Amino acid sequence: MKIKRHGALISLMAAGALALTACGSDQNTPQSGGNAGAPAPTNTAPVDCGGKKSLVAEGSSAQKGAMEVFTQAYGAKCAGQQLAYTSSGSGNGIKQFNGGIADIGGSDSPLKEGDETTKAQERCKGNPAWNLPLVFGPVAVAYKLEGATDVTLTPDVLAKIFSGAIKTWDDAAITAANGGKALPAKPIVVIYRGDESGTTDNFQQYLGAAAASSWTKGAGKKFNGGVGQGAQGSPGVADAIAAADGTIGYVEWSFAQDKKLSMAKLDSGSGGVALTGETAANAIKEAKVKGSGNDLQLDLKALYASKTANSYPLVLATYEIVCSKGYDADTAKAVKAFLTVAATDAQAGLADAGYSPLPQEFQDKLLTAIKAIA
Amino acid sequence: MESRPHDPRPPSADQPAKVIVRPGDRIFSGLAKSAGILIVVMIAAIGVFLLAQAVPSLIANKANFLFSREWVAGDPTNLSFGVLDLLLVTVFSSIFALIIAMPISLGIALFLTQYAPRRLARPFAYVIDLLAAVPSIIYGLWGAVVLAPTLEPVTGWLNSVFGWLFLFETGNVDRSIGQTIFTAGIVLAVMLLPIITAISREVFERTPTMQIEGALALGATRWEVVRTTVLPFGKAGYISASMLGLGRALGETIAVMIILATTSRTFGWSLFDGGDTIASKIARAAAEFNDPRSAGAYIAAGLVLFLLTFVVNAIARSFIVGKKEYE
Repeated sequence: MKIKRHGALISLMAAGALALTACGSDQNTPQSGGNAGAPAPTNTAPVDCGGKKSLVAEGSSAQKGAMEVFTQAYGAKCAGQQLAYTSSGSGNGIKQFNGGIADIGGSDSPLKEGDETTKAQERCKGNPAWNLPLVFGPVAVAYKLEGATDVTLTPDVLAKIFSGAIKTWDDAAITAANGGKALPAKPIVVIYRGDESGTTDNFQQYLGAAAASSWTKGAGKKFNGGVGQGAQGSPGVADAIAAADGTIGYVEWSFAQDKKLSMAKLDSGSGGVALTGETAANAIKEAKVKGSGNDLQLDLKALYASKTANSYPLVLATYEIVCSKGYDADTAKAVKAFLTVAATDAQAGLADAGYSPLPQEFQDKLLTAIKAIA
Repeated sequence: MESRPHDPRPPSADQPAKVIVRPGDRIFSGLAKSAGILIVVMIAAIGVFLLAQAVPSLIANKANFLFSREWVAGDPTNLSFGVLDLLLVTVFSSIFALIIAMPISLGIALFLTQYAPRRLARPFAYVIDLLAAVPSIIYGLWGAVVLAPTLEPVTGWLNSVFGWLFLFETGNVDRSIGQTIFTAGIVLAVMLLPIITAISREVFERTPTMQIEGALALGATRWEVVRTTVLPFGKAGYISASMLGLGRALGETIAVMIILATTSRTFGWSLFDGGDTIASKIARAAAEFNDPRSAGAYIAAGLVLFLLTFVVNAIARSFIVGKKEYE
């Protein structure tokens, strides 16, 4: 699958004529995509290639697929330049960045106040490190239920399912969410991530923000629902959902697509919204940046609690952690070139890899921050 | 791999009284000694490392480490972890694997040494040894993707017919998905086969020819030869091979991690339970170790596994020690 995608991406780069996504557009003739009213993000930008030949980045496995797209685009735009991404988990990414081994750290959450931030500042020779939210990935609520193909769930129902309060598919609350249509009377088998993961963290944050009264289990990388069974990694979750009848779980969009799993619509109060590139992008637009300046930490609460129509708010945001200053000149040049390509040229390939392209406003903010790296 | 003649070489009378020591002797004995010391130092260093990392977390632990079944190690300020469930799942799945693997390995080893024609035995033995060369992640993927769905009808039948027995009662995870101790145990058993078979084969091959010929001369059949000479001679070796295999099963990480479903419910002695072994629990969390205190909790569990493997190997040793043939 991955190889095919890359093939598609390369041919896209070469041809430069095929719009892959709703908000993607031709490199030469920028035009507004299908993003009702939203200006399409710039698809290309002048990039000052050069500097360190091979960058090192490490961290979150949730952004691995996006990093592959970015790396391809970077190599295509800046011949001979490359970046190696090791997906060893957010914790490792921050450790390797702070230890000066990785030039860029990938993390599902921004640097924590205190030790992490202090160490990052030391690593950047006394300058603050920035959290740049570059990769947004929608999380699908995937299920397998024979006799039901179109299931709508509200955040409240979701919270109750994942905390064990709703145990069967024909529960009155689920029937109500589906406009009175009863689903088969089967027990619900909840599948969660057995390993610690940013996907779990974001999913639990979403439940906490969107269904505060029903989800009281808090957030964190470990699933706190106390129900169901855990599978190893995103592929494991997708496999487990596909393996039995009556299962439900949360998994990154690309894995649900690969396994051709049914995905539930989310009804945040303005009708059921299916997960598409467009509905996810609509949600990301609502993400607010905490504070000011170029350290773009997101306030996801507002996004998750959003009730906007036609927006799919269950989105995972992952950060690139970079030094604002303090790189040597060579590294700084390459880091800037890579991030610029990632935020512009590489965006067109993201939807195919199961991620959401950046909305315009966000792209502008990111590019401002990237330019400011010295 | 050829069987060496059984020849404990008695000291000859005409040996010179003065022992000659050449530089080669000194160099070689020095090298051998330092290799021996190195391994002891390494094991001690591992033990010390585990202990040093684990102690601060154990002190901060709010639950009883040995008897608690909960595992809350994510928040370094609120550690509350117990190793009991992990330990039980580790031992339970390994013993289940051993129960499957021991008779099959015995059969293979006897076939290779006593029944198979020489021409067939050698290539066959290579194939068995090849099983040991398959990376455990491949076993894991095979178990999760191929074996788990295939076993579904079997486990369904076991569950419906023998469900009254605790081993086959409905477990704490969904049986039809197949990510159970049952599946993991079978995969572990396959991984143990080459280890137990290889060592047992070597031991059985060394059965003194005199004894075998003696039995044959007395009119024993093939089976009687095996029963009266090969098995008694090789029993200690076979059991210690099984113990080595058990050690391998206890420490197996990746295959178990991929196959077993985690669960927040406690272990209930069913083969259709999920859960985590000590090693798989550590591996699942290893990517996100951010705090030495949290990591220490997992290392404390690792220490338990280290000691457990130590005990198992000590038992294996004790079987060999009693037997003159292997000394």
